[in-house]
Amino acid sequence: MRMLRVGRWITAIALVLLAGVYVRALVYTPVEQSQGLAQKIFYLHVPAAIWAETAMLLVGVASIVYLFLKDPRLDRFAAASAEVGTIFAAIVLTTGPIWGKPIWGTWWSWDARLTFTLFLFLLYVGYLLLRGAIADPAARARFAAVLGICGMCLVPFIHFSVYMFRTLHPMPIVLKPSAPSLPGSMLLTWLLSLGVFTLLYVGFVVQRYALSYLNEQLEAAGGELGHA
Amino acid sequence: MPDWLRHAWRVTRKDLVVEFRSRTAILSAATFVVLVLVVFNFGRDPTAVSAVDLAPSILWVTFTFAAILALNRAFQLELENQALDGLLLAPIGRGSIYLGKLLANLIFVAAIELLGVPLFAVFFNVPVLPYAAPLAAVIALATVGFVAVGTLFSAMTVRTRFAELLLPVLLLPFMIPPLIGAVLATSRLLAGRPLSEITGWLNMLAAYDIVFVALALLLFPATVNE
Repeated sequence: MRMLRVGRWITAIALVLLAGVYVRALVYTPVEQSQGLAQKIFYLHVPAAIWAETAMLLVGVASIVYLFLKDPRLDRFAAASAEVGTIFAAIVLTTGPIWGKPIWGTWWSWDARLTFTLFLFLLYVGYLLLRGAIADPAARARFAAVLGICGMCLVPFIHFSVYMFRTLHPMPIVLKPSAPSLPGSMLLTWLLSLGVFTLLYVGFVVQRYALSYLNEQLEAAGGELGHA
Repeated sequence: MPDWLRHAWRVTRKDLVVEFRSRTAILSAATFVVLVLVVFNFGRDPTAVSAVDLAPSILWVTFTFAAILALNRAFQLELENQALDGLLLAPIGRGSIYLGKLLANLIFVAAIELLGVPLFAVFFNVPVLPYAAPLAAVIALATVGFVAVGTLFSAMTVRTRFAELLLPVLLLPFMIPPLIGAVLATSRLLAGRPLSEITGWLNMLAAYDIVFVALALLLFPATVNE
């Protein structure tokens, strides 16, 4: 199928570019003074976090429109975006502790942002579990949309409630109201990485979308295949 | 009384009558609350951790588990003999069905909480009476929020495989904001802090209630319409 091939190509290009970004980050970008090499993980961690949250937002928006139009394409997109969001949340949750051990001296702390990402991850897992537990495609799409919309509305509440705790996490240095407080070369590396992650998100979603389309065709043809 | 409210009350009454005739669920839930409180007592070292420090978490973990039990049962009732189809065929709005179910669940959970709080005060020697009114407000605000979401979700999960497991998995992330607010507000109250310290949390709980009750009313039809 053409779409699946396109998705594979986008992902492949993104992965090559990701390697390129890391060569740039390790060789051509200055080492941060106080954190040393550990800071390099920032180029992976922050773009993944941004896309993990954006993916949930897109799931919610697609779900709202789905409930009005009942277009299966929107449901397929929401499912794909949720799966990719899960992976990105997992990347954030693994790179965070790797950075935290040398810098904070502990793998995990019940810090606002860590807790927030963990709940985001669990929200995604719940969403995927719900999809897996329903056999009827129409009911699956409707229920998933309801959960997706609730999930999107929950995000600001988790955000707010965990932020009322004290935080150890570094404050935002790029996405903040004032200008980014980052040397130009680091900012450029980071922006390149964000671009690569955007491409990765698109590549993964296109592939997942194509796969679930094929899966549906098989189910419709009476194939005894598990549903994703 | 407007029609939609009268219809909602009919649904609530039906659920409560069904419950009152058998009394199995409420008695099991009450026993469950007592058992959880007892288990908690053995889960701490009384010489190391004082009861007051742990009290808010004990109270809210107990309520969380009890509420999930109650919510699992809410739509399970309607599965027997296709009772849900009958309910959906009734000439009343979907919103009234949801509100009725929500109200019945709230009464059920409130009954458990009404039993839980005095027992908790006695078991853990926590002075509750001086803060009875603000504590009741905190409990009410937090309970309305997660029972509203739970009622919506249980309408979906009862028609899936492993419903009893799926409901807590879906619901617990949604219980986090009300629980964080309720636990912190409860601990401030029990420590005798002034009420003004918790207004931020009370506002958050109220906002959560408004957003999720409204959202559930809008989304409920999508969970039952074919």
